[in-house]
Amino acid sequence: ECMTLCERAICRCQRCEESTDNEHDCIRALKPGQSPYRALLETLELTNTKLTLQLINDNNKVRLLLELYRLQGNMTRVKINELKPLKPRFEVPDVLINDPPTEPLSLLSQDENGVVLSLGADSQWLIVSAKPFRLDIMEGREVLLSLNSRGLLAFEHLRIRTVTSAELVLNVVCPGWLFSPTGPSSISLDFSLPGVEHVYGIPEHADSLKLKTTDGGDPYRLFNLDVFQYELFNPMALYGAIPVMLSHSAQRTMGIFWLNAAETWVDISSNTAGKTVFGQMLDYVQGSSETPQTDVRWISESGIIDVFIMLGPTPTDVFSQYSSLTGTQAFPPLSALAYHQCRWNYNDQEDVAAVDQGFDEHDIPYDFIWLDIEHTDGKRYFTWDPHKFPQPKDMLQGLVDKRRKMVTIVDPHIKVDSSYKIHNEIRSKGFYVKNKDGGDYEGWCWPGNSGYPDFTNPEMRAWWASMFAYDQYEGSMENMYTWNDMNEPSVFNGPEVTMHKDALHGNWENRDLHNLYGLYVQMATAEGLIERSGGVERPFVLTRAFFAGSQRYGAVWTGDNTAEWEHLKISIPMCLSLGLVGVSFCGADVGGFFKSPSTELLVRWYQTGAYQPFFRAHAHLDTPRREPWLFGPENTALIREAVRQRYALLPYWYQLFYHAHHSGQPVMRPLWVEYPQDTATFSMDDQFLLGEDLLVHPVTEEGGRGVTAYLPGKGEVWFDVHTFQKHNGAQNLYIPVTISSIPVFQRGGSIIPRKARVRRSSSCMEHDPYTLFVALSPKRFAQGELYIDDGHTFNFDKQKQFIHRRLSFANKALSSRNLAPGSQFITPSWIEKIVILGASKPSKATLKTPDGKENLLEFEFDASMSVLTLRKPGVNAGVDWTVVLQ
Amino acid sequence: MSCALLLLLTSLALVMGTGTAVEIQRPRGVPQSKRQFYEENKPFTCLDGSSTIPFDQVNDDYCDCRDGSDEPGTAACPNGSFHCTNAGFRPAFIPSSRINDGICDCCDTTDEYNSGATCQNTCREMGRKERESLQIMAEITKEGFLLKQQLIHEAKRGQEDKQGKLTELQGSKKGLEGKMEALRTVKKTAEDPEKEAKERHLKSWEEQKELIRMEKDKTRMAEAFLELDDDADGYVSVAELQSHLELDPDSDGSLTETETQGLLGGAGKVDTSTFETVWSGIKDKYLSEVSTYVMKTYVIQSFPYPKGSPGSGRSNEVSIIRFENANVCTLLSASQSLICGPEFIWICRNLEKEIGFDFGPSAEFAYLYSQCYELSTSEYIYRLCPFNRVSQKPKFGGSETNLGLWGQWAGPEENLYSVMKYDHGQGCWQGPNRSTTVKLTCGKETVVTSTSEPSRCEYLMEFTTPAVCQEPASLDEVLHGHTEL
Repeated sequence: ECMTLCERAICRCQRCEESTDNEHDCIRALKPGQSPYRALLETLELTNTKLTLQLINDNNKVRLLLELYRLQGNMTRVKINELKPLKPRFEVPDVLINDPPTEPLSLLSQDENGVVLSLGADSQWLIVSAKPFRLDIMEGREVLLSLNSRGLLAFEHLRIRTVTSAELVLNVVCPGWLFSPTGPSSISLDFSLPGVEHVYGIPEHADSLKLKTTDGGDPYRLFNLDVFQYELFNPMALYGAIPVMLSHSAQRTMGIFWLNAAETWVDISSNTAGKTVFGQMLDYVQGSSETPQTDVRWISESGIIDVFIMLGPTPTDVFSQYSSLTGTQAFPPLSALAYHQCRWNYNDQEDVAAVDQGFDEHDIPYDFIWLDIEHTDGKRYFTWDPHKFPQPKDMLQGLVDKRRKMVTIVDPHIKVDSSYKIHNEIRSKGFYVKNKDGGDYEGWCWPGNSGYPDFTNPEMRAWWASMFAYDQYEGSMENMYTWNDMNEPSVFNGPEVTMHKDALHGNWENRDLHNLYGLYVQMATAEGLIERSGGVERPFVLTRAFFAGSQRYGAVWTGDNTAEWEHLKISIPMCLSLGLVGVSFCGADVGGFFKSPSTELLVRWYQTGAYQPFFRAHAHLDTPRREPWLFGPENTALIREAVRQRYALLPYWYQLFYHAHHSGQPVMRPLWVEYPQDTATFSMDDQFLLGEDLLVHPVTEEGGRGVTAYLPGKGEVWFDVHTFQKHNGAQNLYIPVTISSIPVFQRGGSIIPRKARVRRSSSCMEHDPYTLFVALSPKRFAQGELYIDDGHTFNFDKQKQFIHRRLSFANKALSSRNLAPGSQFITPSWIEKIVILGASKPSKATLKTPDGKENLLEFEFDASMSVLTLRKPGVNAGVDWTVVLQ
Repeated sequence: MSCALLLLLTSLALVMGTGTAVEIQRPRGVPQSKRQFYEENKPFTCLDGSSTIPFDQVNDDYCDCRDGSDEPGTAACPNGSFHCTNAGFRPAFIPSSRINDGICDCCDTTDEYNSGATCQNTCREMGRKERESLQIMAEITKEGFLLKQQLIHEAKRGQEDKQGKLTELQGSKKGLEGKMEALRTVKKTAEDPEKEAKERHLKSWEEQKELIRMEKDKTRMAEAFLELDDDADGYVSVAELQSHLELDPDSDGSLTETETQGLLGGAGKVDTSTFETVWSGIKDKYLSEVSTYVMKTYVIQSFPYPKGSPGSGRSNEVSIIRFENANVCTLLSASQSLICGPEFIWICRNLEKEIGFDFGPSAEFAYLYSQCYELSTSEYIYRLCPFNRVSQKPKFGGSETNLGLWGQWAGPEENLYSVMKYDHGQGCWQGPNRSTTVKLTCGKETVVTSTSEPSRCEYLMEFTTPAVCQEPASLDEVLHGHTEL
């Protein structure tokens, strides 16, 4: 007897998981073998945009409809639904940014065994085999990917179902987990990836960057949950779910995007995973090795199969392909890339003022101070505690005066309280999620009994957005932004601390769209922040729950981590995994949320966080205070230095986010993204790249005396950004470290702009001059960019108000030229200093400006480090110029 | 490229008190004390000596010196500092990073000369306010310091008193202990003869008891003989004895002739003198025909406790000793309870504790001992009992929570007595034990002025007391001491 997914879910809810063998799971228990599905070739229809074909399950005669699309940008979409479902099955809305544009498929050949279709010019074919049904994507003679080659396509078709008495009993034990009225509706499909040994992605899991095989264990689970004190190196579900997997080999990078918002499991197996290095060697020597292959299998509890196969072939291509489907990273206000100071909770206005003052006294920059749930009047969001925060505008004005900002929390659970305006309006408008009997669904959360607005309803979202208007959200001001927490959603008394699966969002059960809820909350909130400014200002919204497409709305963080060294380490693969699937704006709570960090851990976490995209310190209510200056002057200085390094590098961060926004390239990258042929990098997750030019290997070991960083790139060089020492690429470099060390290297061949004048907030640095760090390649070449705009509005997009320049060093000349001729922006910032690493001593340096003027520049040359420093070119950052070295 | 224009600054400073305006020229951001190092048209040497640059590179918005000294008036150096004269108020140094950052830091507005920020010169106003508050503070300090002198004086007296009292108590304790020792000796001397007498008395009593017992046995034997000699022929025969079944040696229920003869020592009958031997063999089992009840009573009565006296001539002696002994005991126990009683111990211990407390260098905090001070907030009543404990009680019902017990002085090294630490209060769920830091500031009155909980279960209390008031500097010094002219 096997269990359906629903039964398994019930079982999990009852916490009897231990005693349940996974193999008993009906759909997962399917063994690879002959698929019962057969393609009915006579039903084949080919139009300009797609191919349709019916499939029949020879066991039960239920027919499915297959749709195949060739999408622009080297992607294939495979959609499978019941041909005639009892009622429509859920198809995920609002995640794709548009109906993906198609390209015509052409039929190359057809016989009774199947059809061959052309996927375009790259000699790529799609082969549809009829019996058993199977799809293969080929390039030349090579199979890139096969679907249903293991025969695991499964579709629990909808049926009229009578509830058994046993199920009724289960429903009493675990209300909300009962089968939907149309019975179990799970779907499944397998993918085989020949030549692939490394797969990545499918966040959110607290696990290594390279995904592990799941044979004999639990599958990776995607189901948004509020997990208390999560465990590490574990495939268990966390707060967010992005059903996108990347495969990578030295030859090719591909992606599989499984567009389904129901509870989802991913099984991974590999024919090489079990082999020892010796075994692999033996295979190699004997020449008997089978091709390495990774097999993946996706299962979802409901919905349809809608899968996008991104064919790469490079990592960059996959990022472009995925972002063409779900959009790119929201371009955050510059200040959101600076340092955030958070705590559950800053007690009152005086506390906020004192912490603000503390940063100035200790000369540590910060941009945002955050208020957690205690700032509200009894956990009624959009309100203020009248005793602790009687004058929120005064407080916010105090921050404006320091050119700083605030974030307040707005969670999606609404206190059921007839004297609370927000609740009354949602109730009267019928905007709450309903229970299966049609009443408002209620659950326990921070405020006690709470309702959950139905964010899947566009009218609800519009109303929610309107609540952020300055006249609606009393006490709010332009420098106040928003944090959406608990949006899995968290329901304290719900099964697995979340919403009952039979709760209703309009006609759909939560079961169908569970993983979308958090995305919608952030979407509506971000829209609110845009609207309140009349569409002028970029929003900043942090979310804990997320789905594919959430990158369009702001930042995510890795939830309620713990002040332990292992949690510091896991922050790297967790954010790398998110970056691979579109979410660049990722961070972990600096210091760790639960428990109290040792001083050393806190310092190391600041040093690591300073080089991760979202840089926010946060702490649990029950932990002792940990503002940076509370650990003695030495540690204050260490933290100050880490934060200052962040601020100095903000121009580069901003430029990376511009690119993430523009083209979907991740900000924080695994090494293999830039060195796709270097197999040594494929499993690395203790170091990472920022863009392509900075390599960071933070110290994450307690009492660390040194780290071994891998500097990639044969024939390349890397420069230590602190000492300017040059190191060769393609080597493991041991770097002795002290407590002040943050090992960071700049790639030879790159130019990185910084602002050396670190001030108390990023806004204060807006007009400051730039210092250019030019790191020469062995061929004495370097290239970089400079991106500048107003830092906070959409004018860069709507009115092309920005500066984007190409900086390049070649033939002993460094020049700046315009990369965006259609754009226009005026900056008072100028070029303060140019530091050329790996340089030789010139006899003179001449600055040439467009007006034809030539000025000799003073310079300094450090022969021991081969560092040439050009003194004060003084030229405006937005104009053409050239510096010639002679 | 407009920065070189900003090289020099003409600043006006009012010489305090005279009102005469003097013009001073010096590079922007340099304090008067360092003016000499910035000589116009002469090469400038970084103040750390690291390098020498042409003077036109001073304040040219480019950092040349490692110590930041070439850019006192711009934000170019990461480690520089800018001097605001703040005429009318206090001069100050600010980090260079705050120059032209759009935020007014110097009250004379000199830090924002090129940022577009509109700053108001608030120095005079601030100076006025500060003078006012300094004046108030100075008055408070002055009065507070006087109060403190008084406190020190009282504390000294109190300390002496207490020391005196303790010494006195300790003296009297010693005296009492001496007395007790003497009494113990007396008691012992008195008790020794009593013990002997008691032993003698017991011995003779035992002898007498034995005599009585023997006499009684004899009587009983005679009575038994009479009882048994049914025919009154002066002999107890086998037949006469056989009726006493209780004497059956094998307890089989019948007393045979042979068995009876055995009891009579093999004879057919015995006379009174021979019966003596027979009696010793049967007396334990023999049941009187008259009444077993009488027998039992008799047995019980044969062991009276030798209380009182059987009428010996020594009884008077014993009672005298006892009388004297009772007196000694009363004295002893009275002294004992004085020395070892809870009250005495409590007083002594408290005095010792109080004398042992660190009440500050001149015991100026001694007056706080055994006092309590309360502060009422919207939700709680906070209670500080210095050198004892801090607690919190909900205003509207609920039990008191211990926020910490006296721990130690916890101020910084140079000002140890400015902070009190109370710890080991009630435990917090998933957290530490509650603790409270009390910050002391100078005030005329002794009051708790505020409480807060900056971190979960870590409380902060502000407390004013004259005991921390420092000797006031003269007001002029306070107001003008650091004013640069």
